[in-house]
Amino acid sequence: MSKERIQIAPEFRNIMPPEYIELVDNATWGKEGRGWKDVGINKELIEEHSLCAGCPESMAFRYILAALPNPEDTVMVGSTGCTSLVFPHVAVHNIHSLFGNQNAIASGLKKSLAHRFPDQTKDVVVLAGDGATVDIGLDYTLQSWFRQEKFTTICFDNELYANTGGQESGLMQKGFVAKMAPIGKQFEKVRLPEIAQESGCHYVVNCTVSKPSLVEKVVRNAVYVAREIGPTYLQMYTPCILEIGKQSMEGLQEMRDSEKPGLRFAFKEYMSPEAKELITEMAAKEKERKAAAKAALTQSATA
Amino acid sequence: MANTPLIGTKNKKGQVYTDPNHLFFEAPRESHFLTGSEIIKEAIKRSSCDMSIAYPITPQSEAAALIGELFAEGYVDIYSRGANEFDVMSICAGGSFGGSRVFTTTAGPGTLRAMENFPMWAGSRLPIQVCITCRGINSPLSIQPDTLELYYMLETGCLLWHAETAQDLFDFILKGFIVAEQPDVHLPIAVACDGFFVTHTKDVVLMTPDDMCLPRYDPYRSPVPCMDMECPPVRMMRDPFVMKSNYISYATHASWQQEVRAAVERSRKHTEALLGGLIDVENGDAEILLVSSGTAISQSREAIALMKDEGLDVGLVKIKTLRPFPTAEIKAATRNAKKIFVPEFNVAGWLGREIKAIVEDNQRVVAGPHVGGGMTMPPEVIMERIVRTLKADKEELAHV
Ligand SMILES: Cc1ncc(C[n+]2csc(CCOP(=O)(O)OP(=O)(O)O)c2C)c(N)n1
Ligand code: SF4
Ligand SMILES: [Mg+2]
Repeated sequence: MSKERIQIAPEFRNIMPPEYIELVDNATWGKEGRGWKDVGINKELIEEHSLCAGCPESMAFRYILAALPNPEDTVMVGSTGCTSLVFPHVAVHNIHSLFGNQNAIASGLKKSLAHRFPDQTKDVVVLAGDGATVDIGLDYTLQSWFRQEKFTTICFDNELYANTGGQESGLMQKGFVAKMAPIGKQFEKVRLPEIAQESGCHYVVNCTVSKPSLVEKVVRNAVYVAREIGPTYLQMYTPCILEIGKQSMEGLQEMRDSEKPGLRFAFKEYMSPEAKELITEMAAKEKERKAAAKAALTQSATA
Repeated sequence: MANTPLIGTKNKKGQVYTDPNHLFFEAPRESHFLTGSEIIKEAIKRSSCDMSIAYPITPQSEAAALIGELFAEGYVDIYSRGANEFDVMSICAGGSFGGSRVFTTTAGPGTLRAMENFPMWAGSRLPIQVCITCRGINSPLSIQPDTLELYYMLETGCLLWHAETAQDLFDFILKGFIVAEQPDVHLPIAVACDGFFVTHTKDVVLMTPDDMCLPRYDPYRSPVPCMDMECPPVRMMRDPFVMKSNYISYATHASWQQEVRAAVERSRKHTEALLGGLIDVENGDAEILLVSSGTAISQSREAIALMKDEGLDVGLVKIKTLRPFPTAEIKAATRNAKKIFVPEFNVAGWLGREIKAIVEDNQRVVAGPHVGGGMTMPPEVIMERIVRTLKADKEELAHV
């Protein structure tokens, strides 16, 4: 869909909700070079949310939306969990259906859109919690990768079931004491990034969301690789400050503390050979684009 | 935006998109001798189905595999095997959210494995069609026909039709898409048949020509937006209702549940026009009536012939749609009956309960006979039950 499609008939402008007017006037859709720097000035990039104050998921959501290379033709699939508190505010079509079936929904959706719009690029991005991705939905997560379904799976890893009050999850660290793990979790954090690689994902990243530019880069890579080659997986630490006993302003530090070299969220990136080729090609193009833009700018300044 | 091709034009297989009413009521029909599974394939061949997702479970495996052949031949555009029935039904949902016409099949344990999806389909207003070829759901493992699973389907918000014969199956599948996709309905539909009895036996079926097919599904007639980013995204709510325990939240959920049920009700008028009513009545003036659905109807017909030879006059009410339930029709059709028997292929007798709940003087209703576990229901069993009941009634009368 192009931005023209959302124009308002002038007669109706005065009765349209402010969110919609904002979307028409200021949406970053189709804007060259859109990105995380647009966050905070565009209502469309989630002005408000109903997560806990300071929840890192809220920033992660914004960075991801700002990074989507093709938001006007992107459909997102969510799952039940704290993420489902944000989706109603998201200015791209998004589906919530059941807890854990997100990758099955995305599989059907992507095929359906590819069939109906053979000449248009329609991206599908899944965004779900760790419980949804790794526990209740693991079968569907893996099966979609085995089948080489062409969409991106993003897991907001907060290492527990936040939305139901902080129960043990498969991505929780061993030994962590939580509800339903009263003597501490008895087994290791599931190594989904490695499993993703083995299961056929072409681009896999394990990181925190402390750096918006990094989130932007990996999201773009993941979406492009999924579009052209096959499944991609991003696992992002978005600590549940509520359940680990942190204050609203402590989320960022918690992420920084967990991404130091050797720690469980130290940045890790895997690319299949095909993905590497594509990403290198894209990086070269982006460099060219930036150089051309800069040249044009200096030219117009000297003119 | 993807356009829906016009009626009269041809698809890539050379089939002509045909007005549904013409296809159903005017197009020539040719008789074929086929199994129920083959009939499912033939109906799908004519239904302009975009997508079908399969998973093996007896007795639907054959039909699901035959649809794979249609895919290989180019009649169905998207086809694959899911990981299990939950996966299948969610992939189907994704396809339907994305604007495709979607068909799938399942049975027994598959239906129950998939169950969480059905009310989700209905609440999301996805007009997916699932053909349920009924199979037992008990332990120890059974693959035999049994209609218990339909009990679980009754309150999912799906339309639920029950085919008696292969002919019904052919017609119901094609007509089911049209009813389910009406803008004022727009709900999933389960077309059920009794496994093995219908899927694995051959029957004569009058079929429409295979160079004619239904018009394509137009997702922009849906009462909810198609998830393809071709219409503006709306901010649906400030706070998701799931998180709120307040009156607005309750009212939203309650009214949507009511709306889904109202949409089931609104399907009546479309169904009546296409199926010629939600029930069929034969010899409705008889004092004794057999009221049921599915294979129990075929067996009832046999029993009625048998009883006629014995001088017993018994009428028949065939229920075609379980949802919407033909309440008024059944009430009217049974008004003058002295006894109403409800033979069923399941241990629970759910249809008997449904009927008892709606007819006046419901002591007239005998919920039975029942067979379970895959047994057939010999006509003698039906006759014996009727004769025994009438005799007992007479004796009771004599004691008064
Ligand atoms: C079938 C089913 N089982 C359980 C639940 C309850 N449930 C809702 S959200 C949730 C936990 C979500 O955890 P996660 O995916 O990690 O997301 P988070 O809330 O942590 O972001 C659970 C168990 C449900 N909605 N559906
Ligand atoms: S419960 Fe945890 S994950 Fe959920 S919104 Fe609050 S801080 Fe964020
Ligand atoms: Mg979680």
